[in-house]
Amino acid sequence: MDLNTKFTPQSWPDHPETATMEAKNKFVGFWLFLGGETVLFATLFATYLALKNSVPDGNEFRTETLFELPLVFVMTMLLLTSSLTSVYAMYHMKNYNFKGMQVWLAITGFLGLGFLALEVYEFNHYIHLGFTFGNSAFSSAFYTLVGTHGLHVAIGLVWLTLLILRNAKRGLNLYNATKYYTFSLYWHFIDVVWVFIFTVVYLMGVVG
Amino acid sequence: MTTVANSVGQKKGFGATLWDWLTTVDHKKIGILYLIGGGFFFVLGGIEAMLIRLQLLIPNNDFVSAGFFNELITMHGTTMIFLAAMPLLFGFMNAIVPLQIGARDVAFPFINSLGFWMFFFGGLFLNLSWFLDAAPDAGWTSYASLSIASTGHGIDFYAIGLQIAGAGTLMAGINFLVTIINMRAPGMTYMRMPLFTWTTFVASALILFAFPPLTIGIFFLTFDRMFGGNFFDHTMGGNTIIWEHIFWIFGHPEVYILILPAFGIFSEIFSVFSRKRLFGYSAMVFATVLIGFLGFMVWAHHMFTVGLGPTANAIFAVATMAIAVPTGVKIFNWLLTMWGGSIKITTPMLYALGFIPSFVMGGVTGVQQGAAPLDYQLHDSYFIVAHFHYVIVGGVVLAILAATHYWWPKMFGTMLSEKLGKITFWFFFIGFHMTFFLQHFLGLMGMPRRVWTYMDGQGWNLFNLISTIGAILMAIGVIVLIINIIVTTARNERVGNDPWEDGRTLEWAIPSPPPFYNFAQTPLVRGLDTYWIEKQEGHKGYTAAEPVTDIHMPNGSIIPFFMTLGLFIAGFGAMYRVDHSWGLGVLVFGLAFTFLTMAIRSVKDDLGYYVTKDQIRRMERGRD
Amino acid sequence: MAHDIEIIEKTPAEYAYKKRRSDRLMRSQLMMFALMIFMTLISFAAVQAGFSAYFVIPVVLLLAAVQVGLQLYYFMHMSEKGHGLVAFFMYGGILIAFLTVLTFVTIIWW
Repeated sequence: MDLNTKFTPQSWPDHPETATMEAKNKFVGFWLFLGGETVLFATLFATYLALKNSVPDGNEFRTETLFELPLVFVMTMLLLTSSLTSVYAMYHMKNYNFKGMQVWLAITGFLGLGFLALEVYEFNHYIHLGFTFGNSAFSSAFYTLVGTHGLHVAIGLVWLTLLILRNAKRGLNLYNATKYYTFSLYWHFIDVVWVFIFTVVYLMGVVG
Repeated sequence: MTTVANSVGQKKGFGATLWDWLTTVDHKKIGILYLIGGGFFFVLGGIEAMLIRLQLLIPNNDFVSAGFFNELITMHGTTMIFLAAMPLLFGFMNAIVPLQIGARDVAFPFINSLGFWMFFFGGLFLNLSWFLDAAPDAGWTSYASLSIASTGHGIDFYAIGLQIAGAGTLMAGINFLVTIINMRAPGMTYMRMPLFTWTTFVASALILFAFPPLTIGIFFLTFDRMFGGNFFDHTMGGNTIIWEHIFWIFGHPEVYILILPAFGIFSEIFSVFSRKRLFGYSAMVFATVLIGFLGFMVWAHHMFTVGLGPTANAIFAVATMAIAVPTGVKIFNWLLTMWGGSIKITTPMLYALGFIPSFVMGGVTGVQQGAAPLDYQLHDSYFIVAHFHYVIVGGVVLAILAATHYWWPKMFGTMLSEKLGKITFWFFFIGFHMTFFLQHFLGLMGMPRRVWTYMDGQGWNLFNLISTIGAILMAIGVIVLIINIIVTTARNERVGNDPWEDGRTLEWAIPSPPPFYNFAQTPLVRGLDTYWIEKQEGHKGYTAAEPVTDIHMPNGSIIPFFMTLGLFIAGFGAMYRVDHSWGLGVLVFGLAFTFLTMAIRSVKDDLGYYVTKDQIRRMERGRD
Repeated sequence: MAHDIEIIEKTPAEYAYKKRRSDRLMRSQLMMFALMIFMTLISFAAVQAGFSAYFVIPVVLLLAAVQVGLQLYYFMHMSEKGHGLVAFFMYGGILIAFLTVLTFVTIIWW
């Protein structure tokens, strides 16, 4: 592939993310990976649902009293909005607007960072209360499920940063278009997982 | 753009050859690496089996201690399934599937290499347990109550070794799926793909969905043992049944991952050596997909005696019996393929003929065990051991041995000796039945499995003795195969494109072994068994779909090796963290090393290189 | 030639059409986003309002499923052409995910 092909908004393909063989392979491959991740998170959710009321006698931590919904609501808004901003970034990519794409990707990154910071704050607060990883089966399941999601967000942010920095001087071409698209699929997926987390862990937890 | 060195007639030094193999992303070379690795672990697993059988040769034997026996059975099972059978099958999938679909490599050559090194280092990690502490001793199923309580680091080796190897398998699965979906040659619709490609496709889909639960289960085990988790500790609210469900949601599809490619291999062999197209191609495809789908619905038949209740047991019992139907369809279709055909009894065909009764026997005992009330009697007895060895050895191992003979010329350019091959077959086949047939009766007579010894006077002595002798015969067969390989390699008698003379699929249309770019021009596929069609019309090779043009090839890379090395180091850190203060540092260092190599891979552009038209023409001409 | 990607220059009319289409798509994405926020608000409100658990749990689960559907089909373009096979595999994953969760909430006990 020639990295030096010069495009214009008029000559940029309609679907740059699948315009080459490598791009098509990455597109299908990443969706399949997301299918596998669905089963991965389902196992974590299933274990959490089985163990969320399982604590040793005398243990005082319960889903009804532990979680604080206002914080979770702010986190949800941040992550959901970051999903929208990544859609904006892809819109600019479709229109061959490199600057626009980079700006919206950066905003996505900051929103994601905000989400992660709040999650770290939340975990820190729980640990100070004594709700540690080894506190009970419920705590192990909680931290593993929500922590795995947080880890996915963190990895996504590292990925995003690398993408933005690496390609800052290059502009858009058919080599990196599919990389941005794959990232945005990943980012939407972790938002999908979060929708289930705030519903199953926090909302259902508070209701009891 | 770099030019490719003319690989014909160039003498490479030892260092250069080693570097070539360490950095290769060529699916054919990676296939050979998988065969070597898998073959090595197969011999290791076989030695473990021999020691097991020697211990059980006579009652009250003390050839090995009880603890060591538990390690032997655990490592035998784990090694054979994860480090022998799967990699050997991957070796053939890697070497052959791109050739069968007319592609030049797999979709992700770098990840292909990474998957291999993950398998290699995972297997190495697991087997270092023999030397470093204690090997795992809770069975290949490592049930959470026993495995949490197991002292020493044995189970940690199991968890971390399998985690690394399992990640490699998942990568390979996705790779094959995308390759088959996206890279088929023009004219090759899904319903014109050879059966081996179809079964690779369905098995890879099973890998995609079955390995994530295993990943999670092993993380839970790791967390409980090394990081203070409480998933399986009932005193803290945990539950051991969670492990069983997670393990078998993985474990049952796993055995279909093993057997489906074996079915694919035999479909090719029956067709070629009956000089007749496969009977009922569409039904075979449909049966494969159905087996794959149903394979996810039956896992709790490994848990009938756990106490899930009669409703759950009944549902899973019925689903288990349902799988027999598409399997039976396949058996009949193979038989009907032979019917009226012109049969050539070559070594691969011998294995295929031996497979039919052996696998059917294993299958029917499986359906018997699917009746939950009967399973209450049979569970944890030698009847179960007999069943799964019949399906795995009679199915998967016979397929691997058959494929070794069948595709050896394509992969290595020489032909294994038919005479030695048939000797291997008869020793192995007779030994296999001697060993495992009588174990059905041992089970029915009440002999439990996973016992390191048994008392005299229960009527079990004779069958155990014969069973051990059978194992010795199997070992002789494997030794003859190794001799065969050595002798063939030393003789180095080269063969042509289609040494079996009745090849029907695309891999037989190109030289043995193929040039590194596989096809000088992408082939045009004109129907099912496309090479057979070409041969019927008198053509020598395949029909091209494009003129000779520059070919884009991927670069090799040493990064997969180092990426995996980082995880290998991190594994030791995680394991020794509980004993030594340096553990955490090593863990972090290993993970950081892996992330660093990943970042290097991402940041450094790797656009591959081009083989020019003229170079291709020269290489093709040089061959004629 | 294998390494030549065809560059087609759009005419002004084609380009204007493409721009209009993508702008319209973006507006519908924005509308989907508003819907998602709305559904999230309802879920949180339903819990805060203190209704019975038997009512709240199915409602929030349903809203979550719908929101996930919107994410998949609109934000991740699963509704567009060329996504048939990936949708098939995604549904396969969802099926096994569902089975796993169903198992863990029914046949694990103390």
